[in-house]
Amino acid sequence: MTDTQRSGRVREINGPIVTIDLPGVRSGEQVKIGELGLIGEVISLSGEQAVVQTYESTDGVRPGEPAVGLGWPLSAELGPGLLGGIFDGVQRPLEKIAMESGDYIRRGLALPALDRTKQWDFEPNDALELGARVGPGTVLGTVQETATIVHKVLVPPNVQGELTELAPAGAYDIESTIAQVRDARSGTTQPGPSHRLSLYHRWPVRRPRPYAQRDDGISPLITGQRVIDSFFPQLKGGKGAVPGPFGAGKTVVQQQVARWSNADIVIYVGCGERGNELVDVLETFPQLEDPYTGRKLMEKTLLVANTSNMPVVAREASIYIGLTMAEYYRDMGYDVVMLADSTSRWAEALREVSGRLGQMPVEEGYPAYLASRLAAVYERAGRVETYGAGSGSVTLIGAVSPPGGDFSEPVTSHTKDIIETFWALSKELADARHYPSIDWVTSFSAHVHTAAEWWHEQVDPAWEPRRAQALGLLARDAELARIVNLVGPEALSDTQRWELEGASLVKEGVLQQSALDEVDTFCSPQKQFALLDLVLSIYDQGAELVELGVPVSELQNLPQLAKVRRCKSMYNSDQVDSIRSFAREVGEALEKIRLEYAKQNQAA
Amino acid sequence: MSIKEYRTASEARGGLIVVRDTPGVAFGDRVRITDERGETRDGQVIRAADDEVLILVFEGTDDLDLSGIWVRFLDQPVEIALSPELLGREFNGLGEPRDGRPPVLSNLRRAVGGSAINPAARTYPREFIQTGVSTIDGLNSLVRGQKLPIFSGSGLPHNRLAAQIVRQAKLKDEDSSFSIVFAAMGVSYADAKFFRDEFASSGVLRNVVMFVNLADDPPVERLTLPRTALTAAEYLAYELDRHVLVVMTDMTYYAEALREVATAKGDVPARKGYPGYLYSDLAEIYERCGRIHNRHGSITMVPVVSMPSDDITHPIPDLTGYITEGQIVLSRELHNQGIYPPVHISPSLSRLMKDGIGKDDTREDHPHVAAQLYALYARALETRNLASIIGADELSERDRRYLKFADDFDQAFVGQGESEDRSIEATLNLAWELMSKFPRDMLTRMSETELAKYYQGSA
Ligand SMILES: Nc1ncnc2c1ncn2[C@@H]1O[C@H](COP(=O)(O)OP(=O)(O)O)[C@@H](O)[C@H]1O
Ligand SMILES: [Mg+2]
Repeated sequence: MTDTQRSGRVREINGPIVTIDLPGVRSGEQVKIGELGLIGEVISLSGEQAVVQTYESTDGVRPGEPAVGLGWPLSAELGPGLLGGIFDGVQRPLEKIAMESGDYIRRGLALPALDRTKQWDFEPNDALELGARVGPGTVLGTVQETATIVHKVLVPPNVQGELTELAPAGAYDIESTIAQVRDARSGTTQPGPSHRLSLYHRWPVRRPRPYAQRDDGISPLITGQRVIDSFFPQLKGGKGAVPGPFGAGKTVVQQQVARWSNADIVIYVGCGERGNELVDVLETFPQLEDPYTGRKLMEKTLLVANTSNMPVVAREASIYIGLTMAEYYRDMGYDVVMLADSTSRWAEALREVSGRLGQMPVEEGYPAYLASRLAAVYERAGRVETYGAGSGSVTLIGAVSPPGGDFSEPVTSHTKDIIETFWALSKELADARHYPSIDWVTSFSAHVHTAAEWWHEQVDPAWEPRRAQALGLLARDAELARIVNLVGPEALSDTQRWELEGASLVKEGVLQQSALDEVDTFCSPQKQFALLDLVLSIYDQGAELVELGVPVSELQNLPQLAKVRRCKSMYNSDQVDSIRSFAREVGEALEKIRLEYAKQNQAA
Repeated sequence: MSIKEYRTASEARGGLIVVRDTPGVAFGDRVRITDERGETRDGQVIRAADDEVLILVFEGTDDLDLSGIWVRFLDQPVEIALSPELLGREFNGLGEPRDGRPPVLSNLRRAVGGSAINPAARTYPREFIQTGVSTIDGLNSLVRGQKLPIFSGSGLPHNRLAAQIVRQAKLKDEDSSFSIVFAAMGVSYADAKFFRDEFASSGVLRNVVMFVNLADDPPVERLTLPRTALTAAEYLAYELDRHVLVVMTDMTYYAEALREVATAKGDVPARKGYPGYLYSDLAEIYERCGRIHNRHGSITMVPVVSMPSDDITHPIPDLTGYITEGQIVLSRELHNQGIYPPVHISPSLSRLMKDGIGKDDTREDHPHVAAQLYALYARALETRNLASIIGADELSERDRRYLKFADDFDQAFVGQGESEDRSIEATLNLAWELMSKFPRDMLTRMSETELAKYYQGSA
């Protein structure tokens, strides 16, 4: 009997690492440990013995207790009902767990991710006829998952053959049969086995979901954050990191991207961070409106939570659970953004397990495979041609929490080698409450040229030169600050002082953007460019005046400059015209000074 | 349940002993070891196999004669008895009385380890607590259910500040005070006495539970102490509906005790000898604070973390800062200038401030005032730095204004009396007084409406 074959016993417990006797168990297989029924995963095999990492605390487990093989690897349930939900690191639904076990999470609860009783209105795909050949990614039909998102019901990646049955339109729970596909892989004329398909399927999370082909990213992920979109742009399908010491603003950056980006689907993975940060999302997203669709943000968002006080092994799993769900929506042709806060905690979970296994640590206790695992995680981001739903993408943005804010530590330095967009947060900027504290000197984006094409077409052909000019001013600012520190401000020429003023306008009028400001929390690309152009036009015009001999103090005392710094909060993204007319007003004021000067010079 | 006792200890090395022929001992079980003189040591099962277990002996294995010891598996976790009688009492890390009075009797006993709060069961903390301290209330506000540590250094007045917060903390326009859970780990007798006297003289003693482990008490007990204290706090908050303020001092000694045990276990160290799991371990403690749906009480936490060598990047303050919802950082420089409380605002932060302040909670100008003061002070510190290089005489008119602001701010806003309980209005008015020394156009973080209402300067 298979049952007796699949069950064995616990031999040894060493924290989350449990050695079991279980003949026939496979590497990666899920195992139920002990009387509590703690779930774990086989990480190595030797003879009849298997080493298991458990997702919950093993306190109280004794040698001799049962160990049962479940027959499948760690998998995610993929189907309608994920959006709007919050799941733990192994995809258990936390809201249901709260109903079942109260305010604290009890051990050994086994609850499936998806609601078994909920009915979904299924619309079959009209284009499909019985007898048609279907394969991975074929769209069998649709379900309106939330008011914003149409859920495409896909043939799972491992099924191919002839469609022999397709359910008519109607209400179904996720376990009802909606299609039958006769396997055709055998290549013979004999009818193969039949696959019964329902609204959901399972997928092993450590295996990337397949797609037809990988494509280059072509359009920027607009986040509504100026320093990101206008200076260090990310692409849909890109991979990026946000490193920074505690308090620098990693979580706020990630939450801002979750709120305001033009992705179709947002997956927010709280990996080893604060419980209240997830509550913040859970309480505010159902109220906030998506600036692109006008619908509530929670309708396109789902959360994975393994907070810092939850078990460490599930922390390692949480990233893969998140990625698998991200790929699943990508396969429906959506642009998905996944935020992982923080990948450092994921790496620490790896370190914890590796230490227990007695593996040789290489740097700061991390195992030698840290870099390759990290790379494999980020590799799952990308824009792809899906099998049956056109183009889709997963953008992965990971927060990195370097100990002591030291960017040379292993996780930050390996991550830096892998990603394409690096938003480096600076403690100095954060301490001065310059938010977002993305440091313009050490941050980079490999996507500026691709993004430029989009900006030039959609917003303004001057985007790239304006961006370069602003960065140039900021670089001058740093140079001049060094000079001032050596010889004092009196040594600066008027031209140099105006450069300092220009840089200050860029910083305060453009770069600084408070997530807490109701108006400025989101800034459309048009408004972004209008502000940048406003500041730089003033700088250019002023620089000419200074050349003519107008004293800088006269320019600095211009009453409009205070408004330039405040403009971002005064006009919202629909009021770009007001920014432009204000720009004309300042332009005229400067022109007046020029004329007066010209007159004086003539008189002299 | 029968208690298992064994004489089969076979090996001892570096704080660990191996005991053989022990079928079915549970992982994590508590162990009591008795030697031939009748002296006992405590331990814990850190690896359990069929035929042998590995035990970590908290007091170490020096002078342990293996042939003469009895090893007893207690088969139960550390528990504490819970009842309203806890208030006004003093206990050790295991919940045993330290005040010479009889143990608390109750049918309600709970394991101190706790389990993780389901994030879906939490409510976001948003109620402003007025501490009467300007740098906290005005710039780094504390809210009910927040964990906001004080980062300090040896010799700095963190205990006095913590005590002042305990004395003055209240909700705005409300008198209901907090119940206090005080957890002392590895502190000196004098420090413990300071708090005891402080609670007594301010008349709150009836509302305080103290858990104390002094510098010369067993360090291992330090590992359970915060958990015991928090179990009591959870009981007061969620079963007796109290608002609880937990003061813990000093988390650095807690972490050092953890390092000692980890080293004995042979755990792979991450930074400065601290084990890689220090982060998760600290999080298990700090994350027990918060607000929960449908529960009336709350747990607010003010841990004291002394930074070894005043180094904020040291693993203990660093990992704490990664977990807590901000930090109040004390500065030796301000302290040496005689400024109390010497709060250095630049590295200080309250992450939960945003939802606890503003129009309906404190005053509508509060968020912008905080942002503006921070911006001015950051610039002022740069200027002070510049002045120290090139001399104040070389500064421009504008810069000299900043310099003056830095001094006024330190003296008048940061500095205040130890018994001075400033209302939030007083704090905000003081802020406007300082800001009004600048021309109106320079206060770009303020809105025109706020300037019209509160600006007191001439231009
Ligand atoms: N863009 C922003 N706008 C306004 N405040 C910010 C911004 N970024 C960060 N902050 C402030 O900094 C605090 C810490 O940010 P957070 O993202 O939590 O830091 P980290 O995740 O790096 O520790 C926030 O609570 C908020 O007060
Ligand atoms: Mg964070």
